[in-house]
Amino acid sequence: MIEIKNVSLRLGDTQILQDVSLTMPKGGVTALVGPNGAGKSSLLSLIARLRPLQSGSISVDGLPVDTTPSRQLAKTLAILRQDPAVASRLKVRELVGFGRFPHQRGRIDANDLLLIEAALQQFGLMELADRFLDNLSGGQRQRAMVAMAFCQGTDYMLLDEPLNNLDMLFARQLMRDLRAAADNDRRTVIVVLHDINHAAVYADRIVAMKAGRIVADGAPAEVLQPDVLAQVFGYDMNVIDVGGAPLVLHHR
Amino acid sequence: MPDKRLLILAALAAVVAVAFMTVGLRGNIAFALELRAVRLVTLIQVGVAIAISTVVFQTVTANRVLTPQIMGLDALYLFGQMALVLTLGSVGYVALDPRLKFAGEAGLMMAMALVLFLPMLRRRFDIGLLLLTGVVLGVLFRSLAMLIARLIDPNEFAVVQGSSFADFNTVRPDLVVIGLAVTTVAAVIIWRLRHLLDIVALGADSATGLGVDWTKALAGLLLLVAALVAVSTALVGPVTFFGLLVVALAERIVDSRRHRLLLPAAMLTAVIVLLGGQMVLQHVLGGAATLGVVIEFVGGLVFLAMLITTSKL
Repeated sequence: MIEIKNVSLRLGDTQILQDVSLTMPKGGVTALVGPNGAGKSSLLSLIARLRPLQSGSISVDGLPVDTTPSRQLAKTLAILRQDPAVASRLKVRELVGFGRFPHQRGRIDANDLLLIEAALQQFGLMELADRFLDNLSGGQRQRAMVAMAFCQGTDYMLLDEPLNNLDMLFARQLMRDLRAAADNDRRTVIVVLHDINHAAVYADRIVAMKAGRIVADGAPAEVLQPDVLAQVFGYDMNVIDVGGAPLVLHHR
Repeated sequence: MPDKRLLILAALAAVVAVAFMTVGLRGNIAFALELRAVRLVTLIQVGVAIAISTVVFQTVTANRVLTPQIMGLDALYLFGQMALVLTLGSVGYVALDPRLKFAGEAGLMMAMALVLFLPMLRRRFDIGLLLLTGVVLGVLFRSLAMLIARLIDPNEFAVVQGSSFADFNTVRPDLVVIGLAVTTVAAVIIWRLRHLLDIVALGADSATGLGVDWTKALAGLLLLVAALVAVSTALVGPVTFFGLLVVALAERIVDSRRHRLLLPAAMLTAVIVLLGGQMVLQHVLGGAATLGVVIEFVGGLVFLAMLITTSKL
């Protein structure tokens, strides 16, 4: 369970997060949605201890993120940031293997090799496995980063806009993989999404943020209502029902 | 299973070392061998220190055209020499206990490196700011050194001028043992951290996500870099581009930034270049040029070539 209590974040004169409290039970896919600058990525960074906590408290599986040793947290929680800097002259297989670092400190055994191969297979990276990262397209690199996060094998996975740069085939595939990780492996997935229709189909719960606050929280059918969407994103959009799932016509 | 390219490099380094000890040996053989052995150890030790400190610094800053020496440390060294001559006079400067002088120089340079690198411990450090600080401090110390040069006696200036360029010739048996100890300890620690260095190369966010305590890891690594730079500068004087040259070469040879390959490759390349260069200058060109100047010239050209050809640094 992830427990966020009264978290605020201030950078210079800007209030990024204001008194955010949120509880996410173990299991399931939670989507964070909201306009640019709503504080979604900042909240994710705070949960993943990439930023120091200014006020409030956050714990993952009972481990407070600000005092638990980083290595111990890395076995519980994996984070994928938006466009992470990628070191040069590194092969895809090597990068995916880095996901095992928290467990092995660099010594790869037979079991790790199996996990690495499985992750490469799962994300369609077999043909790219021995290519250098700096020779790949943005989408291919993104897939390699996601594969590394999966390979870390943690109960909790935080992903910040993982669909960036992915084509439709791989975007759909990734969302299905996240769903499968939650359903089959009992993993807990928290994902920042801009494509609200992916959230509608694959998430169990949608948390909508605006200006550093949580403005809506619930099952997709509850949150994806025209009045809520207008409040969050600032313009009117139609929502239709397609086979029981809401489809937001946000582009017209 | 050692890498084939590493084995070739190691064999080459061994051949160069043997040749360095034996080529053109004449006169009192025992005396010459002893002299050469001390010089061999000095050169290997300095090469290793510069190579691994450059690799670690480039990894930590995520930048392949930086060397720790660019940060103005050589200017501080020069200023320190000038200040010593000014206060003690050339006779006092020469008479100074070399071990004391060495310890003072090394300590001073480590202190300055730490002050410079301290902002990097904060997560989002600005590489532009860091470089600018380094360059500004470099200019400051260089100007101060020039001011002193104008104030002191020309004869005294001649004494200190000798230490403004890297000097791979002068044998310092009194300092080799200290330098060797520092370099060996640092090299062993860095080798044991090779997997961690691979992760640090991914940047602060990814490394933290993989369980690295970023601030602690960076502080430790930068301290090691500062110690290695201080020791090598105090032993042979300032070298700016040598590290860049050998790390760039080593990276081409093993075609990887993985530290278990890059660290030994860079060390071996440094040893080959230093020993080989010294031999060629001494026996082929008859000591017509100074190795330090030649290496800086070639290294500077490599630096420019990397700036021009690499679109993404």
